[in-house]
Amino acid sequence: MTQALLQVSNLAAHYGVSQALFDVNLTILPGQVVALMGRNGMGKSTTVSAVCGLLSPSAGKVSFNGHDCGQMASHKIARLGIGLVPEGRRCFPNLTVRENLLMAATEGEWSLAKVCGLLPRLSERLDQYANTLSGGEQQMLAIGRALLTNPKLLILDEATEGLAPVIRQEIWHIVANLKQAGQSILLIDKSLAELLPITDECVLLERGTTVWKGPPNALTDDLKDRYLGI
Amino acid sequence: MSEKLVNRSMMAALILLPWLAHWLDEPYYVSLATRVAILALAGVGLNLALGLGGMISFGHAAFFGLGGYVTGILASHALNYEPLFSGFIDIPGTTQMLIIWPLAMFIAAIAAVFIGLLSLRTSGVYFIMITLAFAQMIYYFSISWPTYGGEDGLPIYIRNGFPGLNTLQPIQFFMICCTLLLITLWGVSRLKNSRFGNALQALRQNETRVAAIGISPLGIKLTAFVISATITALAGSLFADLNRFVSPTMFSWHTSGEIMIFVILGGLGRLYGPLAGASLFILCEALLGGWTEYWQFFLGLLLLGVVLFARGGLIGLLSGEPKNA
Repeated sequence: MTQALLQVSNLAAHYGVSQALFDVNLTILPGQVVALMGRNGMGKSTTVSAVCGLLSPSAGKVSFNGHDCGQMASHKIARLGIGLVPEGRRCFPNLTVRENLLMAATEGEWSLAKVCGLLPRLSERLDQYANTLSGGEQQMLAIGRALLTNPKLLILDEATEGLAPVIRQEIWHIVANLKQAGQSILLIDKSLAELLPITDECVLLERGTTVWKGPPNALTDDLKDRYLGI
Repeated sequence: MSEKLVNRSMMAALILLPWLAHWLDEPYYVSLATRVAILALAGVGLNLALGLGGMISFGHAAFFGLGGYVTGILASHALNYEPLFSGFIDIPGTTQMLIIWPLAMFIAAIAAVFIGLLSLRTSGVYFIMITLAFAQMIYYFSISWPTYGGEDGLPIYIRNGFPGLNTLQPIQFFMICCTLLLITLWGVSRLKNSRFGNALQALRQNETRVAAIGISPLGIKLTAFVISATITALAGSLFADLNRFVSPTMFSWHTSGEIMIFVILGGLGRLYGPLAGASLFILCEALLGGWTEYWQFFLGLLLLGVVLFARGGLIGLLSGEPKNA
């Protein structure tokens, strides 16, 4: 049996006194694309924060590539091989595109040239400051920056939110290419039409609890209606 | 005028004007320029932590003073022919700048590791207060340490030496200080544009985001803090030699505040900002100080003006680039 790349078991987490996650369970195998789905405020981004060490879990277990990383510092978790593309195109505005990309780059499959090949828009703007890029370009920069850390698992949190349809299509195309290259990905997105065709497994969250897991073709209209409000 | 041109003009003025003063036999102005170079060096040190890394250290006087006291203590032992340590072998003092500088920087680095490890786990006002507290602790310790002059300070009878140069000649000592400033500016510029420098600037913008891409915030900040401290200690050592005197004032919060003023006046995070700030400060002191003893009131007004209307500092104002990239 293949060892899970990411194994989240019975995860609970709090923001101060209010509990945001109750019982999240999630497994990602190497090369798999998993979609974490749910309505707004159901704990998708909180789960990502807990996995990445940005929020300390109050119970449960997070294991990545055989390492227990529940209480590990976030930079150590990232070094284990988790590349996060956070919600809201979080680039470093006062650094150039090249500086943003190379800041955390590590030796491995992904190099600056390869990232520029995948994201040609960035190669034209390497010496521009990140705050001069459009929203879509900033999102590509965030993806490129995460790829240059040569992650075993790439997490895309609302990667297409607020972008123009043409740019969204471009980003979905990039994600599809990454999947084809064997990259493990955890996706959070509301665009089911684009999300489901490239997803191997869906995980539904409802009020901080995993309520359903399965392949995308098993996601019935009833489930979509009940847990996604579609 | 571009920022590069402003920087080059300032540097050219700093190098050429003292030579003009030397040629006109006006050693006072050479000493004034030396003071600018030394204080600018201290500012370059703080600018690395404050301007690039966003670490509002209000305790850099601790490193400035340590640099000064290492210089003073070593020189006084050497000049009084008293060993620094007596035991199995006697370790003498020294009057050689080339030995004093690395030692001053090393001791400041050790202090910075200790202070940094404790203070960098906090941020904002807590960080300011912890760094201030450490500097004040050393300040009061120096006051109550009679061996090295206590409150009266410690004189250095003869300026320390540099091979091949007569450091008692103001212009030669100025060239030493100016060369060290130039080398440091070059080094900090390389550092600023390196991956380390990028990570440091990114940390100022968002620490969590930096950690999420695998960079240890504490490691980067501590390294920058230590480098910053060693540069400030070097400036402290030169300052002691310039005045041929060290006193607890070097450790006081006024000194920390003054170094911070150079950085803010010149332009926070700008490479040549501390040089512009220190020049303006010394000019104010020399021009307004001769007119009224309350010259610092006008300096305060100037600082207020810069903070309210010229956030890019003097360099931003002159270059027309108010925002520092």
